[in-house]
Amino acid sequence: MSLAPLDAATLYGLMGAILVGLGLYGVVLLGGFLRRLLAFNLLGGGVFILFGVVARRGAGAGFGGDPVPQALVITGIVVAFCATALAITLIERLTEEDGDDPSGGGS
Amino acid sequence: MMGLVLDGGIALLTIGIAAWTIRAGDDFAAVVGFVAYGLVLTLAWTRLGAYDVALTEAAIGGGATGVILMRAGARVKPAPAARASRRARIIVGALSAAVAAGLSAIVLLPPQPAPSLALEVREHLASTGLGNPIGGVLMAYRAADTFLETVVVLLALFGVWSLGRDAHWGGRPGPALRPAEGGALPLFARVLVPAGIVIGIYIVWVGADAPGGKFQGATLLAAMAILAGMAGLVQAPATAGRRLRWLLAAGPIVFVGIGLAGIPLAGAFLAYPPGFEKPLILVIEVALTVSLAAMLALIVAGPTERAP
Repeated sequence: MSLAPLDAATLYGLMGAILVGLGLYGVVLLGGFLRRLLAFNLLGGGVFILFGVVARRGAGAGFGGDPVPQALVITGIVVAFCATALAITLIERLTEEDGDDPSGGGS
Repeated sequence: MMGLVLDGGIALLTIGIAAWTIRAGDDFAAVVGFVAYGLVLTLAWTRLGAYDVALTEAAIGGGATGVILMRAGARVKPAPAARASRRARIIVGALSAAVAAGLSAIVLLPPQPAPSLALEVREHLASTGLGNPIGGVLMAYRAADTFLETVVVLLALFGVWSLGRDAHWGGRPGPALRPAEGGALPLFARVLVPAGIVIGIYIVWVGADAPGGKFQGATLLAAMAILAGMAGLVQAPATAGRRLRWLLAAGPIVFVGIGLAGIPLAGAFLAYPPGFEKPLILVIEVALTVSLAAMLALIVAGPTERAP
Protein backbone atom coordinates (compact mmCIF):
# COMPACT_ATOMS: atom_id res chain seq x y z
CA MET A 1 0.00 0.00 0.00
CA SER A 2 1.24 3.45 -0.82
CA LEU A 3 -0.03 6.88 0.08
CA ALA A 4 -2.72 8.21 -2.26
CA PRO A 5 -1.67 11.14 -4.48
CA LEU A 6 -2.95 14.57 -3.46
CA ASP A 7 -5.72 14.99 -6.01
CA ALA A 8 -9.42 15.92 -6.09
CA ALA A 9 -10.52 12.41 -5.09
CA THR A 10 -8.26 12.41 -2.01
CA LEU A 11 -9.37 15.91 -0.96
CA TYR A 12 -13.06 15.05 -1.25
CA GLY A 13 -12.42 11.70 0.43
CA LEU A 14 -11.01 13.50 3.48
CA MET A 15 -13.96 15.90 3.35
CA GLY A 16 -16.36 12.92 3.31
CA ALA A 17 -14.60 11.37 6.31
CA ILE A 18 -14.89 14.62 8.29
CA LEU A 19 -18.56 15.01 7.32
CA VAL A 20 -19.27 11.50 8.64
CA GLY A 21 -17.56 12.42 11.92
CA LEU A 22 -19.50 15.69 12.24
CA GLY A 23 -22.80 13.99 11.43
CA LEU A 24 -22.17 11.22 13.94
CA TYR A 25 -21.43 13.78 16.66
CA GLY A 26 -24.70 15.56 15.87
CA VAL A 27 -26.80 12.39 15.78
CA VAL A 28 -25.58 11.34 19.22
CA LEU A 29 -25.51 14.68 21.01
CA LEU A 30 -28.07 17.08 19.56
CA GLY A 31 -31.38 17.63 21.32
CA GLY A 32 -34.56 17.57 19.25
CA PHE A 33 -35.59 15.04 16.61
CA LEU A 34 -35.37 17.49 13.73
CA ARG A 35 -31.75 18.38 14.52
CA ARG A 36 -30.78 14.74 14.83
CA LEU A 37 -32.44 13.99 11.51
CA LEU A 38 -30.46 16.82 9.89
CA ALA A 39 -27.24 15.48 11.40
CA PHE A 40 -28.08 12.01 10.10
CA ASN A 41 -28.47 13.45 6.61
CA LEU A 42 -25.14 15.29 6.93
CA LEU A 43 -23.59 11.92 7.82
CA GLY A 44 -25.29 10.33 4.80
CA GLY A 45 -23.92 13.02 2.49
CA GLY A 46 -20.41 12.17 3.70
CA VAL A 47 -20.92 8.44 3.07
CA PHE A 48 -22.20 9.16 -0.45
CA ILE A 49 -19.15 11.34 -1.18
CA LEU A 50 -16.87 8.48 -0.07
CA PHE A 51 -18.67 6.31 -2.64
CA GLY A 52 -18.03 9.05 -5.20
CA VAL A 53 -14.31 8.91 -4.36
CA VAL A 54 -14.29 5.13 -4.87
CA ALA A 55 -16.04 5.71 -8.22
CA ARG A 56 -13.54 8.40 -9.23
CA ARG A 57 -10.57 6.18 -8.43
CA GLY A 58 -12.16 3.34 -10.38
CA ALA A 59 -12.23 5.49 -13.53
CA GLY A 60 -11.34 3.47 -16.57
CA ALA A 61 -12.55 2.02 -19.85
CA GLY A 62 -13.18 5.56 -21.08
CA PHE A 63 -15.49 6.50 -18.20
CA GLY A 64 -14.70 9.39 -15.85
CA GLY A 65 -15.68 7.16 -12.93
CA ASP A 66 -16.81 3.64 -12.16
CA PRO A 67 -20.54 3.75 -13.03
CA VAL A 68 -21.57 1.08 -10.50
CA PRO A 69 -20.91 3.03 -7.26
CA GLN A 70 -22.42 6.11 -8.91
CA ALA A 71 -25.61 4.20 -9.68
CA LEU A 72 -25.65 2.93 -6.07
CA VAL A 73 -25.35 6.48 -4.75
CA ILE A 74 -28.27 7.67 -6.91
CA THR A 75 -30.39 4.87 -5.45
CA GLY A 76 -29.09 5.80 -2.00
CA ILE A 77 -30.02 9.48 -2.32
CA VAL A 78 -33.58 8.61 -3.35
CA VAL A 79 -34.00 6.12 -0.49
CA ALA A 80 -32.52 8.63 1.98
CA PHE A 81 -35.05 11.20 0.78
CA CYS A 82 -37.93 8.75 1.35
CA ALA A 83 -36.75 7.85 4.85
CA THR A 84 -36.22 11.52 5.70
CA ALA A 85 -39.68 12.50 4.42
CA LEU A 86 -41.28 9.76 6.49
CA ALA A 87 -39.27 10.75 9.58
CA ILE A 88 -40.19 14.43 9.19
CA THR A 89 -43.88 13.57 8.91
CA LEU A 90 -43.59 11.43 12.06
CA ILE A 91 -41.89 14.30 13.91
CA GLU A 92 -44.62 16.73 12.81
CA ARG A 93 -47.32 14.37 13.97
CA LEU A 94 -45.56 13.81 17.29
CA THR A 95 -45.40 17.58 17.87
CA GLU A 96 -49.10 17.82 17.05
CA GLU A 97 -50.12 15.00 19.39
CA ASP A 98 -47.92 16.03 22.25
CA GLY A 99 -47.53 19.76 21.94
CA ASP A 100 -45.85 20.43 25.27
CA ASP A 101 -42.84 18.22 24.78
CA PRO A 102 -41.44 18.45 21.27
CA SER A 103 -37.97 17.58 22.48
CA GLY A 104 -36.28 14.49 21.26
CA GLY A 105 -33.85 14.65 24.12
CA GLY A 106 -33.29 11.77 26.48
CA SER A 107 -36.37 11.99 28.69
CA MET B 1 -2.97 23.45 -9.21
CA MET B 2 -5.84 25.92 -9.70
CA GLY B 3 -8.17 22.94 -9.66
CA LEU B 4 -6.82 21.71 -6.33
CA VAL B 5 -7.27 25.16 -4.77
CA LEU B 6 -10.88 25.18 -5.97
CA ASP B 7 -11.45 21.64 -4.64
CA GLY B 8 -9.89 22.55 -1.30
CA GLY B 9 -12.13 25.61 -1.10
CA ILE B 10 -15.28 23.63 -1.86
CA ALA B 11 -14.27 20.96 0.70
CA LEU B 12 -13.62 23.55 3.43
CA LEU B 13 -16.88 25.36 2.63
CA THR B 14 -18.84 22.10 2.82
CA ILE B 15 -17.28 21.17 6.17
CA GLY B 16 -17.88 24.71 7.45
CA ILE B 17 -21.56 24.64 6.47
CA ALA B 18 -21.99 21.17 8.00
CA ALA B 19 -20.44 22.32 11.28
CA TRP B 20 -22.61 25.45 11.23
CA THR B 21 -25.73 23.32 10.65
CA ILE B 22 -24.84 21.20 13.70
CA ARG B 23 -24.16 24.24 15.88
CA ALA B 24 -26.96 26.53 14.62
CA GLY B 25 -29.00 28.16 17.38
CA ASP B 26 -32.48 27.41 16.10
CA ASP B 27 -34.07 24.72 13.98
CA PHE B 28 -35.00 26.91 11.05
CA ALA B 29 -31.43 28.19 10.71
CA ALA B 30 -30.22 24.59 10.74
CA VAL B 31 -32.65 23.72 7.93
CA VAL B 32 -31.36 26.63 5.85
CA GLY B 33 -27.82 25.44 6.55
CA PHE B 34 -28.74 21.95 5.38
CA VAL B 35 -30.14 23.24 2.07
CA ALA B 36 -26.90 25.17 1.50
CA TYR B 37 -24.99 21.99 2.36
CA GLY B 38 -26.90 20.18 -0.42
CA LEU B 39 -25.89 22.88 -2.90
CA VAL B 40 -22.16 22.82 -2.11
CA LEU B 41 -22.25 19.02 -2.08
CA THR B 42 -23.61 19.24 -5.64
CA LEU B 43 -20.52 21.26 -6.57
CA ALA B 44 -18.32 18.55 -5.04
CA TRP B 45 -20.11 15.91 -7.13
CA THR B 46 -19.52 17.86 -10.35
CA ARG B 47 -15.83 18.23 -9.41
CA LEU B 48 -15.69 14.45 -8.98
CA GLY B 49 -17.04 14.12 -12.52
CA ALA B 50 -20.25 12.43 -11.34
CA TYR B 51 -22.78 14.62 -13.15
CA ASP B 52 -25.64 12.14 -12.80
CA VAL B 53 -25.17 12.10 -9.05
CA ALA B 54 -24.80 15.90 -8.96
CA LEU B 55 -28.20 16.25 -10.68
CA THR B 56 -29.76 13.82 -8.19
CA GLU B 57 -28.20 15.56 -5.19
CA ALA B 58 -29.36 18.99 -6.41
CA ALA B 59 -32.90 17.82 -7.21
CA ILE B 60 -33.63 15.34 -4.42
CA GLY B 61 -30.92 15.56 -1.76
CA GLY B 62 -30.94 19.35 -1.48
CA GLY B 63 -34.12 20.45 -3.24
CA ALA B 64 -36.95 18.08 -2.36
CA THR B 65 -35.58 17.26 1.11
CA GLY B 66 -35.13 21.00 1.70
CA VAL B 67 -38.77 21.77 0.89
CA ILE B 68 -40.05 19.16 3.37
CA LEU B 69 -37.58 20.32 6.00
CA MET B 70 -38.75 23.91 5.57
CA ARG B 71 -42.31 22.72 6.17
CA ALA B 72 -41.19 20.92 9.32
CA GLY B 73 -38.99 23.80 10.47
CA ALA B 74 -42.01 26.09 10.40
CA ARG B 75 -44.25 23.62 12.29
CA VAL B 76 -42.10 21.79 14.77
CA LYS B 77 -41.55 23.79 17.92
CA PRO B 78 -37.87 24.35 18.67
CA ALA B 79 -36.37 21.85 21.04
CA PRO B 80 -35.39 23.13 24.47
CA ALA B 81 -31.70 23.89 24.62
CA ALA B 82 -30.76 20.80 26.58
CA ARG B 83 -27.02 20.89 26.27
CA ALA B 84 -25.14 17.70 26.79
CA SER B 85 -22.67 17.61 29.64
CA ARG B 86 -19.06 18.54 29.00
CA ARG B 87 -17.95 14.99 29.60
CA ALA B 88 -20.44 13.56 27.08
CA ARG B 89 -19.34 16.10 24.51
CA ILE B 90 -15.68 15.20 24.94
CA ILE B 91 -16.29 11.44 24.74
CA VAL B 92 -18.66 11.65 21.72
CA GLY B 93 -16.35 14.16 20.04
CA ALA B 94 -13.35 11.86 20.49
CA LEU B 95 -15.22 8.80 19.20
CA SER B 96 -16.59 10.71 16.17
CA ALA B 97 -13.09 12.01 15.44
CA ALA B 98 -11.79 8.44 15.62
CA VAL B 99 -14.38 7.32 13.03
CA ALA B 100 -13.41 10.26 10.78
CA ALA B 101 -9.71 9.40 11.23
CA GLY B 102 -10.33 5.77 10.35
CA LEU B 103 -12.18 6.71 7.17
CA SER B 104 -9.41 9.20 6.31
CA ALA B 105 -6.86 6.40 6.64
CA ILE B 106 -8.85 4.33 4.14
CA VAL B 107 -8.94 7.33 1.78
CA LEU B 108 -5.18 7.96 2.14
CA LEU B 109 -4.14 4.30 1.84
CA PRO B 110 -6.30 2.98 -1.00
CA PRO B 111 -5.97 -0.57 -2.36
CA GLN B 112 -3.83 -0.81 -5.49
CA PRO B 113 -5.09 -1.11 -8.15
CA ALA B 114 -8.37 0.61 -7.34
CA PRO B 115 -11.29 -1.85 -7.58
CA SER B 116 -13.52 -1.04 -10.53
CA LEU B 117 -16.29 -2.55 -12.58
CA ALA B 118 -15.93 0.07 -15.33
CA LEU B 119 -14.45 -2.45 -17.79
CA GLU B 120 -17.32 -4.92 -17.33
CA VAL B 121 -19.88 -2.13 -17.77
CA ARG B 122 -18.12 -0.93 -20.94
CA GLU B 123 -18.10 -4.48 -22.34
CA HIS B 124 -21.82 -5.03 -21.90
CA LEU B 125 -23.18 -1.49 -22.32
CA ALA B 126 -23.78 -1.93 -26.05
CA SER B 127 -26.26 -4.75 -25.35
CA THR B 128 -28.56 -2.35 -23.46
CA GLY B 129 -28.74 0.14 -26.35
CA LEU B 130 -27.97 2.97 -23.91
CA GLY B 131 -25.07 5.42 -24.09
CA ASN B 132 -25.14 6.51 -20.44
CA PRO B 133 -23.28 3.86 -18.41
CA ILE B 134 -25.06 4.84 -15.18
CA GLY B 135 -28.45 4.51 -16.88
CA GLY B 136 -27.30 1.11 -18.12
CA VAL B 137 -26.32 -0.01 -14.62
CA LEU B 138 -29.61 1.24 -13.14
CA MET B 139 -31.87 -0.27 -15.79
CA ALA B 140 -30.02 -3.50 -16.68
CA TYR B 141 -27.40 -4.85 -14.27
CA ARG B 142 -29.03 -3.51 -11.14
CA ALA B 143 -32.63 -3.35 -12.36
CA ALA B 144 -33.83 -5.18 -9.22
CA ASP B 145 -32.39 -2.33 -7.10
CA THR B 146 -34.13 0.26 -9.23
CA PHE B 147 -37.42 -1.64 -9.04
CA LEU B 148 -37.25 -1.94 -5.25
CA GLU B 149 -36.26 1.73 -5.03
CA THR B 150 -39.51 2.80 -6.70
CA VAL B 151 -41.39 0.51 -4.31
CA VAL B 152 -39.60 2.22 -1.40
CA VAL B 153 -40.80 5.61 -2.69
CA LEU B 154 -44.36 4.26 -2.88
CA LEU B 155 -44.12 2.79 0.63
CA ALA B 156 -42.83 6.12 1.95
CA LEU B 157 -45.88 7.81 0.41
CA PHE B 158 -48.20 5.27 2.10
CA GLY B 159 -46.35 5.94 5.35
CA VAL B 160 -46.82 9.69 4.99
CA TRP B 161 -50.52 9.26 4.20
CA SER B 162 -51.02 6.95 7.19
CA LEU B 163 -49.77 9.68 9.50
CA GLY B 164 -52.72 11.94 8.72
CA ARG B 165 -55.69 12.04 11.07
CA ASP B 166 -58.25 9.27 10.64
CA ALA B 167 -60.99 11.78 9.80
CA HIS B 168 -58.92 13.08 6.89
CA TRP B 169 -58.17 9.69 5.27
CA GLY B 170 -58.66 9.91 1.54
CA GLY B 171 -58.83 13.70 1.63
CA ARG B 172 -56.49 16.28 0.19
CA PRO B 173 -53.03 17.04 1.55
CA GLY B 174 -52.05 20.50 2.70
CA PRO B 175 -54.10 23.53 3.73
CA ALA B 176 -57.09 24.65 1.66
CA LEU B 177 -56.38 26.36 -1.62
CA ARG B 178 -55.96 30.07 -1.42
CA PRO B 179 -57.52 31.80 -4.43
CA ALA B 180 -54.80 32.78 -6.89
CA GLU B 181 -54.61 36.53 -7.04
CA GLY B 182 -52.08 38.80 -8.59
CA GLY B 183 -48.62 38.76 -7.14
CA ALA B 184 -45.16 37.46 -7.78
CA LEU B 185 -45.68 33.75 -7.00
CA PRO B 186 -48.60 33.00 -9.38
CA LEU B 187 -46.83 34.92 -12.15
CA PHE B 188 -43.58 33.10 -11.42
CA ALA B 189 -45.39 29.75 -11.50
CA ARG B 190 -47.14 30.58 -14.78
CA VAL B 191 -43.83 31.48 -16.41
CA LEU B 192 -41.64 28.76 -14.90
CA VAL B 193 -43.90 25.69 -14.85
CA PRO B 194 -44.25 25.22 -18.65
CA ALA B 195 -40.49 25.58 -19.12
CA GLY B 196 -39.81 23.31 -16.13
CA ILE B 197 -42.04 20.57 -17.54
CA VAL B 198 -40.18 20.66 -20.85
CA ILE B 199 -36.80 20.55 -19.09
CA GLY B 200 -37.98 17.69 -16.85
CA ILE B 201 -39.04 15.59 -19.84
CA TYR B 202 -35.79 16.47 -21.61
CA ILE B 203 -33.71 15.28 -18.62
CA VAL B 204 -35.55 11.94 -18.65
CA TRP B 205 -35.12 11.53 -22.40
CA VAL B 206 -31.46 12.57 -22.57
CA GLY B 207 -30.69 10.26 -19.62
CA ALA B 208 -30.32 7.36 -22.06
CA ASP B 209 -27.11 8.82 -23.49
CA ALA B 210 -26.00 11.67 -21.23
CA PRO B 211 -26.27 12.64 -17.56
CA GLY B 212 -29.93 12.67 -16.57
CA GLY B 213 -32.60 10.07 -15.99
CA LYS B 214 -36.00 9.35 -14.61
CA PHE B 215 -35.38 10.19 -10.96
CA GLN B 216 -33.87 13.57 -11.73
CA GLY B 217 -36.49 14.40 -14.37
CA ALA B 218 -39.37 13.16 -12.21
CA THR B 219 -38.17 15.33 -9.31
CA LEU B 220 -38.18 18.38 -11.56
CA LEU B 221 -41.71 17.55 -12.76
CA ALA B 222 -42.78 17.08 -9.13
CA ALA B 223 -41.21 20.43 -8.24
CA MET B 224 -43.29 22.10 -10.97
CA ALA B 225 -46.47 20.55 -9.54
CA ILE B 226 -45.48 21.75 -6.05
CA LEU B 227 -44.74 25.26 -7.33
CA ALA B 228 -48.11 25.42 -9.10
CA GLY B 229 -49.74 24.23 -5.86
CA MET B 230 -47.92 26.80 -3.70
CA ALA B 231 -48.97 29.54 -6.09
CA GLY B 232 -52.58 28.38 -5.72
CA LEU B 233 -52.93 27.52 -9.41
CA VAL B 234 -53.71 23.82 -8.91
CA GLN B 235 -55.18 21.89 -6.02
CA ALA B 236 -53.65 18.74 -4.57
CA PRO B 237 -55.72 15.72 -5.64
CA ALA B 238 -57.87 13.77 -3.20
CA THR B 239 -55.77 10.79 -2.17
CA ALA B 240 -58.75 8.42 -2.36
CA GLY B 241 -59.11 9.05 -6.10
CA ARG B 242 -59.01 5.85 -8.15
CA ARG B 243 -57.28 7.53 -11.09
CA LEU B 244 -54.55 8.92 -8.85
CA ARG B 245 -53.91 5.52 -7.28
CA TRP B 246 -53.58 3.87 -10.69
CA LEU B 247 -51.21 6.64 -11.75
CA LEU B 248 -49.02 5.94 -8.70
CA ALA B 249 -49.06 2.19 -9.28
CA ALA B 250 -48.54 2.31 -13.07
CA GLY B 251 -44.74 2.60 -12.97
CA PRO B 252 -44.04 -0.29 -10.60
CA ILE B 253 -46.72 -2.44 -12.34
CA VAL B 254 -45.19 -1.90 -15.79
CA PHE B 255 -41.71 -2.55 -14.38
CA VAL B 256 -42.66 -5.77 -12.61
CA GLY B 257 -44.79 -6.87 -15.60
CA ILE B 258 -41.89 -6.52 -18.03
CA GLY B 259 -39.62 -8.08 -15.41
CA LEU B 260 -41.86 -11.16 -15.06
CA ALA B 261 -42.22 -11.45 -18.84
CA GLY B 262 -38.42 -11.69 -18.90
CA ILE B 263 -38.56 -15.10 -17.15
CA PRO B 264 -40.06 -17.01 -20.13
CA LEU B 265 -38.72 -14.65 -22.84
CA ALA B 266 -35.15 -13.99 -21.70
CA GLY B 267 -34.51 -16.59 -19.03
CA ALA B 268 -34.43 -14.39 -15.91
CA PHE B 269 -36.52 -11.95 -13.88
CA LEU B 270 -35.92 -8.40 -15.17
CA ALA B 271 -33.90 -9.68 -18.12
CA TYR B 272 -34.78 -8.12 -21.47
CA PRO B 273 -35.15 -10.27 -24.62
CA PRO B 274 -32.23 -9.54 -27.00
CA GLY B 275 -33.03 -6.84 -29.54
CA PHE B 276 -35.80 -5.29 -27.42
CA GLU B 277 -33.65 -3.82 -24.63
CA LYS B 278 -33.88 -0.16 -25.64
CA PRO B 279 -37.65 -0.03 -26.36
CA LEU B 280 -38.50 -1.96 -23.18
CA ILE B 281 -36.22 0.25 -21.06
CA LEU B 282 -37.90 3.30 -22.60
CA VAL B 283 -41.39 2.01 -21.79
CA ILE B 284 -40.34 1.37 -18.17
CA GLU B 285 -38.65 4.76 -17.88
CA VAL B 286 -41.71 6.65 -19.17
CA ALA B 287 -44.11 4.79 -16.86
CA LEU B 288 -41.76 5.21 -13.90
CA THR B 289 -41.26 8.92 -14.58
CA VAL B 290 -45.00 9.62 -14.46
CA SER B 291 -45.53 7.56 -11.29
CA LEU B 292 -42.39 8.86 -9.56
CA ALA B 293 -43.27 12.49 -10.29
CA ALA B 294 -46.69 11.94 -8.70
CA MET B 295 -45.21 10.06 -5.72
CA LEU B 296 -42.53 12.68 -5.03
CA ALA B 297 -44.97 15.60 -5.33
CA LEU B 298 -47.41 13.90 -2.93
CA ILE B 299 -44.66 13.02 -0.44
CA VAL B 300 -43.65 16.68 -0.35
CA ALA B 301 -47.32 17.72 -0.05
CA GLY B 302 -47.48 15.65 3.13
CA PRO B 303 -50.30 13.85 4.97
CA THR B 304 -53.94 14.60 4.24
CA GLU B 305 -55.22 17.59 6.21
CA ARG B 306 -58.73 18.01 4.86
CA ALA B 307 -61.65 15.61 5.04
CA PRO B 308 -62.63 14.12 1.67
